[in-house]
Amino acid sequence: MAFARNQWFVAAYGGEVGRDLLARTVLGEALVLYRTEAGQAVALSDRCVHRRYPLSASRLDGDTIVCGYHGFTYDAGGGCVFVPGQQRIPRTARVLWYPVVEQDSFVWVWIGDRDQADPAAIPRAPWLADPRYAVVRGMESLDARYGLLVDNLMDLSHETYLHGGYIGTPEVADTPITTEVDEDKGVVYVSRHMDDSACPPFYAQSTGIQGRITRWQDIEYHPPCLYLLHSRIAPHGVYPPADGPDSAAFHAEIVYAITPSKEHTTYDFWAVARDFAIDDETVSEYLRTSNHTVVMQDVTALNLLERVIAAEPDRYQELSINIDTGGLAARRILARMVESGAPEGSLR
Amino acid sequence: MTDRVYRVRWMPGTDTLFGVCHCGAERTTQEPVELWDWLLGHPAGHEPPHGATNDQPRDTARVPA
Repeated sequence: MAFARNQWFVAAYGGEVGRDLLARTVLGEALVLYRTEAGQAVALSDRCVHRRYPLSASRLDGDTIVCGYHGFTYDAGGGCVFVPGQQRIPRTARVLWYPVVEQDSFVWVWIGDRDQADPAAIPRAPWLADPRYAVVRGMESLDARYGLLVDNLMDLSHETYLHGGYIGTPEVADTPITTEVDEDKGVVYVSRHMDDSACPPFYAQSTGIQGRITRWQDIEYHPPCLYLLHSRIAPHGVYPPADGPDSAAFHAEIVYAITPSKEHTTYDFWAVARDFAIDDETVSEYLRTSNHTVVMQDVTALNLLERVIAAEPDRYQELSINIDTGGLAARRILARMVESGAPEGSLR
Repeated sequence: MTDRVYRVRWMPGTDTLFGVCHCGAERTTQEPVELWDWLLGHPAGHEPPHGATNDQPRDTARVPA
């Protein structure tokens, strides 16, 4: 599966990047991430130019990385400032640096032509760094191509079957969706509004709602990396007021960053931000544990699916139905991004 | 300039999808692949009904908001 280059991708949470060297592979490119003494996040190629030793297996000296094999030393811009045993530093002694932006608790890196990197193009997930929300989060490594996670998240009807007893109820699969594609903004929207639904344990336990609910799921997918699910939970029949805040409802902002690592592996960053019981650590622990369980149910299923697909011939004829309308739109936008980000001459 | 937005509504109580292009052209189908082929193929085969726009499809009674 091809990658969409010339795009921003989440490489890590800000809290993962510090004074230890962190290795991540994004779109097949090995990166080393760290934070300078002044607090700036840095991403460099994770291969010493000399004999390809991983810099992530080396050590920091101030803001420089000293290669753990022969001591080649690189500054935060990837320039080599020391080579062993000689005065002259070869002109080509440098490693690639990557544009980095920290935003909404994520460390975004630009993979592609650096001249095209525009931080303003990074989609937002402001709840993750908003004190009015409580956030639980994690990251799982998926042994599956990133497109399988996109398919999974764009069609939430799977909640009924894969996540029953956690977030799935019969109404999810039974409720028709609406889908929109905004070509200019590059966003796919999928909405599923359930007027009268059972309350799954995930929300019954965390909100305390007894009985049936009105449950809205509004997806915003900003290809290739950021997926937002605006989840509105309210007692049955309670809708947002015409004016003023929607204070009778509970809101959870479910955020995923889908970052291709290698062809058949993916980083699955997940977070749940909520505007209720924000100081209640019991609720946080419950949601952290439950959502981790849900994510791992997806990981297990997608890893299995990857093995099945990898063993099949290309262009296996799959079947798409109405529930796939949003996922199909996402695939098309991704395919277009792959094409537009491909190096010149690589397309027919 | 308004955004180029494609909209697909799944008609309640049916298996029918109703697609509206940003140009106002409409199509109903039960095949999402075919519908996206047609929508994203704009302007090929797109003939908006008289007076219809993306925000105001011709048959608003049939198309839920």
